[in-house]
Amino acid sequence: MIAFLLKRLALVLPTFVGITLLVFALIRLLPGDPVEALSGERGMTPERYARLLAEFGLDRPLPVQYLDYVWKALHGDLGFSTITHEPVFREFVARFPATIELSVVAMLLALAIGLPAGILAATKRNSVVDYTVMGASLAGYSMPIFWWGLLLILTFSVTLGWTPVSGRIAIQYDIPSVTGFMLVDSLLASDEGAFRSALSHLILPSIALGTIPLAVIARMTRSSMLEVLREDYVRTARAKGASTFRVVAIHALRNALIPVVTTVGLQVGTLLAGAILTETIFSWPGIGKWLVEAIHRRDYPAVQGGILLSATVIVGVNLVVDLLYGVINPRIRHH
Amino acid sequence: MNTRGFTLPALAAGALLAFAGSAFAAKTLVYCSEGSPEGFNPQYFTTGTTFDAVSVPMFNRLVEFELGTTNIVPGLAESWTASPDGLAYTFKLRKGVKFHATDKYKPTREFNADDVLFSYTRMADPGHPMHKTAPGQTYAYFDDMGMKDIVDRVEKVDPMTVRFVLKKPEAPFLANMAMDFASILSAEYADKMKAANTVDAFDREPVGTGPFQFVSYQKDAVIRYKAFDAFWGGRPKIDNLVYAITTDASVRYAKLKAGECHAMAFPKPADVALMKNDKNINLVQKEGLNVGYIAFNVEKKPFDNKLVRQALGMAVNKKAILDAVFQGAGQVAKNPIPPTLWSYNDKIKDHPYDPAKARELLAKAGFASGTEVELWYLPVTRPYNPDGKRMAELIQADWEKVGVKTKLLTFEWGEYRKRSKTGEQHAMMFGWSGDNGDPDNFFVPLLGCAAVKGGGNVARWCHKDFEDLIQKAKTQTKQADRAALYQKAQEIFKEEAPWIPIAHSVRFDPVRKEVTGYKMDATAHHFFHKVDLASPK
Repeated sequence: MIAFLLKRLALVLPTFVGITLLVFALIRLLPGDPVEALSGERGMTPERYARLLAEFGLDRPLPVQYLDYVWKALHGDLGFSTITHEPVFREFVARFPATIELSVVAMLLALAIGLPAGILAATKRNSVVDYTVMGASLAGYSMPIFWWGLLLILTFSVTLGWTPVSGRIAIQYDIPSVTGFMLVDSLLASDEGAFRSALSHLILPSIALGTIPLAVIARMTRSSMLEVLREDYVRTARAKGASTFRVVAIHALRNALIPVVTTVGLQVGTLLAGAILTETIFSWPGIGKWLVEAIHRRDYPAVQGGILLSATVIVGVNLVVDLLYGVINPRIRHH
Repeated sequence: MNTRGFTLPALAAGALLAFAGSAFAAKTLVYCSEGSPEGFNPQYFTTGTTFDAVSVPMFNRLVEFELGTTNIVPGLAESWTASPDGLAYTFKLRKGVKFHATDKYKPTREFNADDVLFSYTRMADPGHPMHKTAPGQTYAYFDDMGMKDIVDRVEKVDPMTVRFVLKKPEAPFLANMAMDFASILSAEYADKMKAANTVDAFDREPVGTGPFQFVSYQKDAVIRYKAFDAFWGGRPKIDNLVYAITTDASVRYAKLKAGECHAMAFPKPADVALMKNDKNINLVQKEGLNVGYIAFNVEKKPFDNKLVRQALGMAVNKKAILDAVFQGAGQVAKNPIPPTLWSYNDKIKDHPYDPAKARELLAKAGFASGTEVELWYLPVTRPYNPDGKRMAELIQADWEKVGVKTKLLTFEWGEYRKRSKTGEQHAMMFGWSGDNGDPDNFFVPLLGCAAVKGGGNVARWCHKDFEDLIQKAKTQTKQADRAALYQKAQEIFKEEAPWIPIAHSVRFDPVRKEVTGYKMDATAHHFFHKVDLASPK
């Protein structure tokens, strides 16, 4: 187990070198720069332009800028946003819980519906149920988040009036931020109404964000389940007279879950990417929306720092997923 | 009012209806704003979003723009006088003006000359202890308006009188002092925060003299303010003001419809027609202080020839553009400044739409039919132009009719501006929104000779007579004298035709019906200190 862990960790280092280089290069390949982004229609003399560029340290040679970025990042200093002049780390931390909260709820929703739907489709193969689940999941997977989110808002918020349009909580609740998770904070403030409001604000964005992972999970569960159900030991279990429920839930599911866990791990990346769109539509104050704004305005430190931190989260989750296999199926540890 | 999901407490008859729930028995106005402020100091930033959230609700200037116009009216200065040579402005300060109090700071004195001196010298003097508070922080607008070259020094004449001594006569100085960056901050608060070593609190928890005071900010989500009871201009009628930050214009509209906000910023042009027919929404509109135009780079052939420029102007059917691109929400432009600005020369006759005459002029200029020219078009929606591409296509078709082939080009927005500053462009689409309602703010940054170097003059047109007029207008103190000079300048502009002025757009602010007394500002800010909320139906 230790060797396995070390092997996985050894892969992390080159991953990070790659990420930092890529982000550093990509943001600079985009036309424009932070100073240009500040100026608008107004002219700017070359002298002032040069002075502002120097102010952000962007007048130095690229390798120097890169090494400076990596060196400071290693010391926990991600620099200051060129827009707000606040430390990038502080900006990230202020918004990250909102993204996590949304992603976790979206993932729970995807699992809660995707797993049973996949299992159901597998056990009732080639039935109406199977076709319905697979058809719906294909449609869900193909849904552009932006369009889907707006459709949800127009239907459930504007027309039916069941859910709030956007935001994290109704305006009248001014809940002090303790953990940054609105559900937790509203409970800490022991305000039931606030908790309900926070929950109701989560419904539409988590549906919009959870749809793609849900579709993937449902399909993955189905195909993995179908494969396992054909195994000899399942036939044995059936032969010895175990109930269908027992065969599926106890014997088959555990093995069928392994590829599903991988999928869930991979969906973390999808969630963070989907959060960019979802947060923009639902005015959700998370890192996705923040990064989009930072890219638009060429806020190099925010983009570099924000993506580095997000990547750290994704790498971390994948590491945990790798380790989880070993827990679910001990045989994997030896491979 | 929308109370979905919450039960209204059974209030006694006649009691004010709460916004939703008993915690909000006060009048709360929710404004769906378009983005997050960059910060809470009015001196550092340049975007309207920040001004709407900072300088508009919480601060005042020595002089201010009368709401809805660009007339300059007393603010924290009760009155002012300019010396006859135009080199000194003396401001008599208003007595009894109080600053906001917070948990951390209780003001011990009222507003006085020290606050003016502090606010100004902090920006102007790099040696000021509060000049630099964070890496990358600059006084961008102060620099943009060239204040360093205008003001020599600020003097405290007595505790309630200050004098600005200028380096040169500069009539637009007064309008500059009404701009957001010239907001007055508390010197006492700065001292206290500095002594407590919490300088960043000074910028994050703003203390001003404005109608609303800061309550809290959740990044990218909500800004809360409450009415400032001791506001010198009279307490606002609403008790709480909340900005619900909603970046997507369609979602803002959905929130307005669902009653989650009372007013919203910047509707999508495509939604405007729907809003007009919405019985819950009042669509307030106002002519924009802006101009959208095609600039010819006069340093490049064939645009160095005045006849070609005039001809291409005559070839463009502006009326058709107004209908197709602006969907009627604008007016045809003939001058470089909008008609709402004083000194607008309405006597000027626009080059008429006349393709035949255009052909004639082109032939006279020796322009070979079928020659190709380049036209750059805007890659983004701007307040003065909702759809650059569509406009470019219409112009392309118009020019085709007079024998001019047009190659349409564009770049990413940052790149577009960067390239335009180097003079790479041939003909390009651009525009401007006025900062302060002084005509100087259009002529000098867009058509002045110095702006060729700075890059704001994308026509790269430097005309001696025109330049003399607009420079002379700076030195006059009487508005009528200045107006006469600007009107003359507009004649030269029309004759020389460095641009084809296309349109001045109309701005829209949708507010819900229960909002009363909402008035649109001339410089595209959003003011709520005079509004009230009628009882919900």
